[in-house]
Amino acid sequence: MVRRASAAAARRREAALFVVPLLAALAAVAGWPLARTIWLSFTDATLTGGDHDFIGLANYAFLLEDPDWWRAVRNTLVFAAISVALETALGLAIALVLDAQIRLRGVLRAAVLVPWAIPTVVSAQLWAWMLHDQYGVINEVLLAFGLMDAPRAWLADRTLAMASVIAVDVWKTTPFMVLLLLAALQTVPRELHEAAMVDGAGAIRRFLVVTLPAIRPALLVAVIFRTLDALRIFDLIYVMVGNASATATMAVYARQHMVDFQDTGYGSAASTVLFAVIALAAALFIRLGRITAPPAAR
Amino acid sequence: MRRLRRRLGRIGLHLAAALILAYTLLPFVWAVATSFKAGSALFDTALIPAAPRWDNYLEVFREQPFGLNIVNSVLVAAGTVAISLALGLTAAHALGRVAFRGRSLLLVTVLGVSMFPQVAVLSGLFELIRWLGLYNTLPALILSYLIFTLPFTVWVLTTFVRALPVQIEEAAMIDGASSWTVLTRVFLPLLAPAMVTTGLLAFIAAWNEFLFALTFTLTDDRRTVPVAIALISGASAFEMPWGRIMAASVTVTVPLIALVLVFQRRIVAGLTAGAVKG
Repeated sequence: MVRRASAAAARRREAALFVVPLLAALAAVAGWPLARTIWLSFTDATLTGGDHDFIGLANYAFLLEDPDWWRAVRNTLVFAAISVALETALGLAIALVLDAQIRLRGVLRAAVLVPWAIPTVVSAQLWAWMLHDQYGVINEVLLAFGLMDAPRAWLADRTLAMASVIAVDVWKTTPFMVLLLLAALQTVPRELHEAAMVDGAGAIRRFLVVTLPAIRPALLVAVIFRTLDALRIFDLIYVMVGNASATATMAVYARQHMVDFQDTGYGSAASTVLFAVIALAAALFIRLGRITAPPAAR
Repeated sequence: MRRLRRRLGRIGLHLAAALILAYTLLPFVWAVATSFKAGSALFDTALIPAAPRWDNYLEVFREQPFGLNIVNSVLVAAGTVAISLALGLTAAHALGRVAFRGRSLLLVTVLGVSMFPQVAVLSGLFELIRWLGLYNTLPALILSYLIFTLPFTVWVLTTFVRALPVQIEEAAMIDGASSWTVLTRVFLPLLAPAMVTTGLLAFIAAWNEFLFALTFTLTDDRRTVPVAIALISGASAFEMPWGRIMAASVTVTVPLIALVLVFQRRIVAGLTAGAVKG
């Protein structure tokens, strides 16, 4: 008995040893850089390095006064809210079609994976080309079907640009939603549907009463991960429209100041705020959904 | 009446399926079509080019070190995968099996790291990379990519470890095997499929990364594929070489799509492992 207890203790000590390399790596690539970013946000550091001084909250004060920053905050929230809402609705619709008994289901499922497999930068360039104001195929098709009477500058027009990047993000990330929701749909017992059908419930009622409650946890997880991911959006917007203020999100704004303007201290303040927003949202979500689900690859 | 409704339902379903196919596939088909158009044919909206030409593909490799960019991306992605799997496997074994103090705190921390906005560590990492003398080198990218590959590697592998029956390792333990032996002789073979899955996901994530690659490399010969594709530009801002951009895009995306389709079951399992089980 004593021997078993001490063997268990030995195993625990060994386990700790096995976790050390992971901890060291995480501290080096995540913990330390994050701490430094937060520290730099209180200084006047520049990208070129050299000496820098502690300047208290001055960077944050500047941030509060910059209308471009507030615009970036608004852009980020608008982008995250609308893109996640559309992805969820579209993802659920596609997942329901894939869950139905249908021919070529395998082909469909494979096709849905294609936008997910395409690198973000490639989708950004591909859609920038399709949305091109002069030669873009989107203008061409919409004109041919008589849906518009003049070509539009999808990415240059201030109001259209945000709608365009949201549409591209929806195209690129809906597959992730579909996969998560389809996996959940497939766990819903068929008998439940049949029982509801015997009771005379129509398709819509069956969806609301049987399907939705069953997939609710998965739906919640998917929405949470997509929201946290959408709040930090950078590459799609940067590649499609650059730093343009109509679409610049908090991440785009922070990088621009940090790297292009070489104002590391100020840019760090912006990224620290973004980090705080995401940390807060994550804490809220985890409490709200009482879940600790693993992160999935983007 | 009921049969009619049923029939209409089937037709609607197939129509929806056709729409989904068009929505997901047509944009990339258009990229392929564009990549084979040269000169003024580029502005022609035919889906199948009248006279397909390879010019764009040749130009991509001639006008810039795109071949080198591909090699860089492969090296960075492979390095990231190797390190993530090594660290992830050792940790997942402990996290999945042994109840030590602070385990749940550790798991939550790992989860937290996966939600870091990349830009939040940008200035700190930049400083670290310069201090290590790694600026404008591939190891800088491998180092920085661990921030997003490690968390999900650990999580997914831990989920898989928990799904394995305990009896197997207990038997090995009774036979006097050490933890290291159990890990390498018992767990490793059993976890091979899970490692293929997580390795693939890590590879794809590293292959696609843009922000760190853009910030931590400077010269064309050190760029990875996404940065190279984002930075292709023409003689002026108004003359974007779209044919060349699409050729480069198709070159690096076709192998990726093939990989994803071949391993689709594994990838779906990895993406949903735990997210659904919660």
